[in-house]
Amino acid sequence: MNAIVLETHALFKRFGGITPTNDVSLRVEKGARHALIGPNGAGKTTLVNLLTGVLRPSAGHIALDGEDITQLAPHRRARRGLVRTFQISQLFGELNSAQSLALAVSAQRGIGARWWRPLGDDAAVAARCEALLTQFHLADVMAQKVAYLAYGKRRLLEIALALACEPRVLLLDEPVAGVPEGERREILDAVNALPADVSVLLIEHDMDLVFNFAKRVTVLVNGAVFAEGDPQAIAADPRVRAVYLGEGHAG
Amino acid sequence: MNFGTGAAEVLRADARWRWWELGLLAALAASWPLLPTHALLLNEIAILALFALSLDLVLGYAGIVSLGHAAFFGFGAYAAALFAKLVMPDPLLGLVFAIALAALLGAACSLLILRGSDLTRLMVTLGVASILYELANKLDWLTGGADGLQGVVMGPLITPLGSLEFDLAGRVALAYSLVVLFAVLLLVRRLVHSPFGFSLQALRDNRLRAASIGLSVNARLFAVYTVAAAIAGAAGALSAQTGGFASLDGFDFHRSAEVLLVLVIGGTGYLYGGIIGAIVFKLLHDLISAWTPQYWNFWLGLFLVVLVFVGRERITRPRTWFRTRR
Repeated sequence: MNAIVLETHALFKRFGGITPTNDVSLRVEKGARHALIGPNGAGKTTLVNLLTGVLRPSAGHIALDGEDITQLAPHRRARRGLVRTFQISQLFGELNSAQSLALAVSAQRGIGARWWRPLGDDAAVAARCEALLTQFHLADVMAQKVAYLAYGKRRLLEIALALACEPRVLLLDEPVAGVPEGERREILDAVNALPADVSVLLIEHDMDLVFNFAKRVTVLVNGAVFAEGDPQAIAADPRVRAVYLGEGHAG
Repeated sequence: MNFGTGAAEVLRADARWRWWELGLLAALAASWPLLPTHALLLNEIAILALFALSLDLVLGYAGIVSLGHAAFFGFGAYAAALFAKLVMPDPLLGLVFAIALAALLGAACSLLILRGSDLTRLMVTLGVASILYELANKLDWLTGGADGLQGVVMGPLITPLGSLEFDLAGRVALAYSLVVLFAVLLLVRRLVHSPFGFSLQALRDNRLRAASIGLSVNARLFAVYTVAAAIAGAAGALSAQTGGFASLDGFDFHRSAEVLLVLVIGGTGYLYGGIIGAIVFKLLHDLISAWTPQYWNFWLGLFLVVLVFVGRERITRPRTWFRTRR
């Protein structure tokens, strides 16, 4: 068994009478291709927000590489390699793609607070941006304001921004939601091309994608872990089929 | 667009000098020898431009709204005036002292604007300026209260060209203000094109994402608010030193509102909005109040309404005026 990179222990989040995260203990192995699935309202996004520090848990612990990060601010978690993408693109509308990526690369290299040299003055930063722009087919629109980019391009930039942070654990929140077929391939290729030691936690609705990509699947229902196992076992589990996949699913 | 240019090229593009930037700076510098009789008005323009540049950094770049930016202007003005009166009359040391004090105040106040919505920030900034206004009013043994600090005597400016006494026509004052404005502008220009400067725009556009790519939003806000306060303090100090007095007017709400108007007229987020806005505002003020002193506010109001409704772009491009909508 591989080392555990990301782990939650008895994690709870309560909003008044609702408990969107209910006693979740999750382990993500080094190099995992792990999928988190569940019906709408199962608490998937809340869990991602807890993992990345946007929300503070009501109880429980989160550990990254064995170190407790429960109280760590979101930007510190990102700097440690716990990086996420967003289901609804969260981008910098007034910057262009090159500037957005250069900013992420600079922050990752510890020069994000430099105030005397221009952005991209560092040749290594510019080269990394260039590579990401080419990989995500953004090179021809890199000087355009992000606010004016087409939807598909914005989704690509969303993923590229996360990869610019050199993640060790990448949380992908529905990466291909609403992406046209032609551009889907680019996103999936990029995810598949990640180094083997990067752990990926995929939050997804698209079952084809989940069963193609994941080596392990956790099913979340009503904020709690409902089932966990390899994709075949999950697909065959009658309880999971009943609650989530629906009666008509062919498996 | 931009085929055949690499990422490095695109990243450098913003920091490159444009012809109109150089033209604007050259015109400002040329105003000193060319318009010697208007030095007092030009000095006011330079100070207002510096003040607006400070607000642009906070509002245009970091996206922090403020209705109390005069807090730092007034603080700088009193600091410089008191330094001249109680410590020594050297203007440059007084300027440095005022900048340092305003920066400290900005650092303290930045803690108040880290949290909350825009509306909260409007109220908090307004509140801080009002508190300082009343403090300056009550501490009359120090500040002169409602009469202000009168009769601040400035020493000569010690420059490489020799020591220059401030003259009544305001020519030395104008040169002094312009040099400070240019120095700050170059510094800020450098700042906004750096990773730090872009991270301000990033957190203005999307704080959630800024944090998720590893940028500390709070540290950035703290830093930019402190720098902006220092610049506003410099503007206040220049006003006190070249005008020879500091008064409650420096903290007044109308001053915070005025600098916001200036920035709206000139446009935010590209550094020169403050300068252009200050020129337009002061010239309008001068022209209209010479023509109809009582109703200057009416015409200013009308100008603003037209500006907002018609849009700055259309006003500055007359050939679009009579074109029908597509």
